[in-house]
Amino acid sequence: MIDFKHVTKEYGDTVALEDATIHIDQGDFVFLVGPTGAGKSTFIKLISKELEPDSGEIIVAGKELSKMSNREIPIHRRDIGMVFQDFKLLDNKTVFENVAFAMEIVHCSRRTINRQVPQMLSVMGIEDKANNFPQELSAGEQQRVAIARAIINNPRILIADEPTGNLDPDTAWEIMELINTINRRGTTVVMVTHAKDIVNRMGKRVVAIDRGRIVRDNRGGEYGYDD
Amino acid sequence: MIKSALYSIKQAFKQMFRNKGMTFASIFAITAMMLILSLFLFLSVNVEYLTETVKNQFGTIEVFLLDETSKDQAENMIVSFKEMDGVEDAVYVSKEQAMEEFKIRWGDNAYLLNGLTENPLPNAIRITLSDLNSGDIIARFCATVQGVEDVRFYRDEVGKVVRISNIIQRGALVVIAFLVIISIVVVSNTIKLTVMARENEITIMKYIGATNWFIRGPMFFEGIIIGLISAAVSVGLSSLIYVRLCKVLGDQAFRLFSTQLVMPQFLITNIVWIFLALGISIGACGSIISMRRYLKA
Ligand SMILES: Nc1ncnc2c1ncn2[C@@H]1O[C@H](COP(=O)(O)OP(=O)(O)OP(=O)(O)O)[C@@H](O)[C@H]1O
Ligand SMILES: [Mg+2]
Repeated sequence: MIDFKHVTKEYGDTVALEDATIHIDQGDFVFLVGPTGAGKSTFIKLISKELEPDSGEIIVAGKELSKMSNREIPIHRRDIGMVFQDFKLLDNKTVFENVAFAMEIVHCSRRTINRQVPQMLSVMGIEDKANNFPQELSAGEQQRVAIARAIINNPRILIADEPTGNLDPDTAWEIMELINTINRRGTTVVMVTHAKDIVNRMGKRVVAIDRGRIVRDNRGGEYGYDD
Repeated sequence: MIKSALYSIKQAFKQMFRNKGMTFASIFAITAMMLILSLFLFLSVNVEYLTETVKNQFGTIEVFLLDETSKDQAENMIVSFKEMDGVEDAVYVSKEQAMEEFKIRWGDNAYLLNGLTENPLPNAIRITLSDLNSGDIIARFCATVQGVEDVRFYRDEVGKVVRISNIIQRGALVVIAFLVIISIVVVSNTIKLTVMARENEITIMKYIGATNWFIRGPMFFEGIIIGLISAAVSVGLSSLIYVRLCKVLGDQAFRLFSTQLVMPQFLITNIVWIFLALGISIGACGSIISMRRYLKA
């Protein structure tokens, strides 16, 4: 599903990713770990084609990203659900509208939107918050809205950059269970995290990056170091 | 396609409403620009019209004939005039024809001519010049021909009018261009605020996979709608102004130049199209400039 072949990305003098080669299968669940500034977010931005690599080849869902035209980027991104530490919800839209927004972008009909959004909100356990604004929700609830928005269009890949970074441990676990459920339905998950106990307890594939290099890649792995 | 255009237009209206103050301010500013612009347009069109009239009236040599000169003699003269260099055409104008022309030119004021019991105008030959410069020689020659009473040629006057008219036209064009540029800046400034107000939204839209058209469409239409509303308002107002202007200045203009102002019906139908096109262009340019500058990628 995701293939990096000798990918290097530099920002001026800083080498954010160096000669990275990795293969991620369809349906995989990958934790991306490593110290701050290691290049984890850079890795993720390369997948969504927010950044261009300086060298190497990236193939996502069968498509070579460097050969992709600008017009194809939106289509590519619809195949990738994105979740962030800071949720990135629109404050002037209700929970319902925030999720519906993702469907409007792909020109779903009102009827489809009105049917699917409440369904999705109830899967996320926030059906009673549909008409609230993000500010009126707890952090955990806001992240559920963000996840709902990320997967409402059935992307094949879910990318999460420290999705539990702003959550207390209990809420973080609830979110992890949701993401795990999404992964079990067949969605490939790539998740950046600094949460040692989550990584250790989930027992998924762990890829460690340090100073731009992939230094470890093992299944059922451990977080592996202390921050 | 139509669906996404409708979506964009709806979003544009939403944004304009959310940003009422700024929307109103820019519509007000652009309407004001267009009103001033319309005044210069009126001036320019009328000066052009006046110049053409003057050219037609005076870019010719009028050879007035003695009453005893017969039609046959006149025809002979025409043949010889036509052979001269710088003459485009020469035609016979009977005194009756001349009176008809007078009445048409005087338009609403033609009733003044009804008081005349007998036609005081002479028969004439009208020479149209292909070259204004050879007019003097031709005029001098015509005066020596047997059966000619008088020759009239207003070379200097025509030249002066054409020169002044050119200056006015060019000045008006500069002012109009200037106003259009200011209007574009006003629109682009409004759209810039929209881009900034929606920065967060735009980032999220890109993550979700919104096409460029989906993101830009609403802003593009916002500019166009602002342009169109301004155009509509200023067409209405400037039409009223022109109708009043014709009422107030029409007689003055007639007395001074013995020609009417360009008719309001004619000018206004043209202005509707000009202004709508201008409004759309100003809006589109303003939006595009701002999106280019402030909307990364
Ligand atoms: N836009 C940028 N311009 C210049 N340097 C950048 C830019 N983005 C990231 N970097 C640098 O590239 C390196 C990798 O950054 P990246 O954001 O990928 O790290 P990270 O692993 O996500 O860190 P964190 O865990 O703190 O989020 C860092 O040294 C960072 O300072
Ligand atoms: Mg990061």
